[in-house]
Amino acid sequence: MNEFARNLSWPVLFGLLLLSLFMILAALAPLIAPYDPWEPGRPFLPPSGTHPFGTNDIGQDIFSELVFGARISLFVGFFASFVSVAIGTLIGLFSGYLRGAADEVLMGATDIVLIIPALPLMIILAAHTSPSIWNIVIVIGALWWTSTARVVRSRVLQLREMPFVEAARGLGAGDCYIVFKHILPNTLQVIMAKFILAVAGAMLTEASLSFLGLGDSMQKSWGMMLSYAFSRGGFINGYWWWYLPPGICISLAVLGFVLIGFGLEELNQDETAVNPL
Amino acid sequence: MHLIEVLDLKKYYSTGFINRQYTKAIDGASFCIERGETLGLLGESGCGKTTLGRLLLRLIEPTSGKISFDGTDITRLSRKGMRSLRPRMQMIFQDPESSLDPRMRIRESIAEPFKLGLRGKMSRSEMDENIMGLIETVGLNPEHLNRYPYQLSGGQNQRVALARILAINPEFIVADEPTASLDVSVQAQILHLMMDLKREFGLTMLFISHDMEVVRHMSDRIAFMEKGRVVLEG
Ligand SMILES: Nc1ncnc2c1ncn2[C@@H]1O[C@H](COP(=O)(O)OP(=O)(O)OP(=O)(O)O)[C@@H](O)[C@H]1O
Ligand SMILES: [Mg+2]
Repeated sequence: MNEFARNLSWPVLFGLLLLSLFMILAALAPLIAPYDPWEPGRPFLPPSGTHPFGTNDIGQDIFSELVFGARISLFVGFFASFVSVAIGTLIGLFSGYLRGAADEVLMGATDIVLIIPALPLMIILAAHTSPSIWNIVIVIGALWWTSTARVVRSRVLQLREMPFVEAARGLGAGDCYIVFKHILPNTLQVIMAKFILAVAGAMLTEASLSFLGLGDSMQKSWGMMLSYAFSRGGFINGYWWWYLPPGICISLAVLGFVLIGFGLEELNQDETAVNPL
Repeated sequence: MHLIEVLDLKKYYSTGFINRQYTKAIDGASFCIERGETLGLLGESGCGKTTLGRLLLRLIEPTSGKISFDGTDITRLSRKGMRSLRPRMQMIFQDPESSLDPRMRIRESIAEPFKLGLRGKMSRSEMDENIMGLIETVGLNPEHLNRYPYQLSGGQNQRVALARILAINPEFIVADEPTASLDVSVQAQILHLMMDLKREFGLTMLFISHDMEVVRHMSDRIAFMEKGRVVLEG
């Protein structure tokens, strides 16, 4: 991570800036938001001093919705990504470390999961159960781990032949110790890149599903705001203050994560090129 | 009394799925090493020296043959039995930097054998005391302890590897060209240090090198390796 700090390029810095901005919004939402985002009032007010981004069709303050929406969108992104990356990491670690039959079974399973398309599955799931953010978390968690599993596996295959791993085995250390104490820490950097990129993907997926009307109406996410703006005439009537802010927030948040994620991946590639572990 | 006794040891690597070919890395090696002795092993690059060293510590499985360590045939030992025997035999690797975990500070690397309980239960302060003693023995400074391997020179990393091995306190060491990647002046320092340590701790050693001078200097007896076989001198 110290190398990461030294190699901060401006895109990564910009990404970190965006990310910290949204994190602050999410963390301090009750302090920042001037109104309760659920509280109705006078509808369709354009931006003004009292309502910085105006109000929607039932008079809820759009700025407050936006601030609270950061919580939902970030939560779905982080949680879904965490589940998928955790599954991928475990499968990659075991597959690469054990090799042989276990590797073939796990990589076979990975190839099968890889061809299941996530979005249609979520649509089916949302249509058959009540729409909820947990559907998104479950489907992303269950399907998106494959690329993490693959990069972790190939990294582990390199690492397990390294003298320091052999030295740990020579201490009489057990497999679990070696995997979690020596191999996992040396894999964290590639895992981190996958995690950050998956957060961006999950946030975008949540927004798309919500926009399609398959979102969780109990949660005010940016995607749900867009969806309502669309279905209740915000676009047609040109109430730009209703649909632009959530759209811009989604784009900026995704951009932030992607910039950081690519920065990390580039760093990983440089590092393996210079120091082929 | 022999500490190590190797009988008709073979290690074949197979390559290719359809047209299976075998590389006979070790092809019928037999020799002994006495307790307290340093056996020098000379041979060209690719003749199987590293493979032999890893076999002796059972870091890889032999194709056939027998290796006894202090009277126990380690090729027949269970995984569990082998694990408890491992601390008694250690390897010094050719490339010191890659023999240390790049994400571990030097202090952690040296402390690892203590933390794994190889030297019995130990309090934190006892551990620190031991670590300080070890780095002094191998000629490092306390300031090196908080660094990572990439922040040290090759010679310093090899000293760390030695300190770690002394922390384990083994009886037998395979030194696989421990100075091959270091420049000449540092080579001499490390070799002197190894001589001192060997004397002080009464170590038994297999010293691998392709440098005749170095092997003569370090060893009590010399063996040559050729095409996977070991030929003893004299
Ligand atoms: N994992 C492996 N799979 C296939 N062949 C291997 C493997 N490891 C070693 N070999 C082969 O076994 C032979 C002996 O290799 P080894 O590394 O023991 O040589 P060495 O004497 O240590 O060489 P050097 O002096 O260059 O270190 C070589 O021909 C090598 O290609
Ligand atoms: Mg070698």
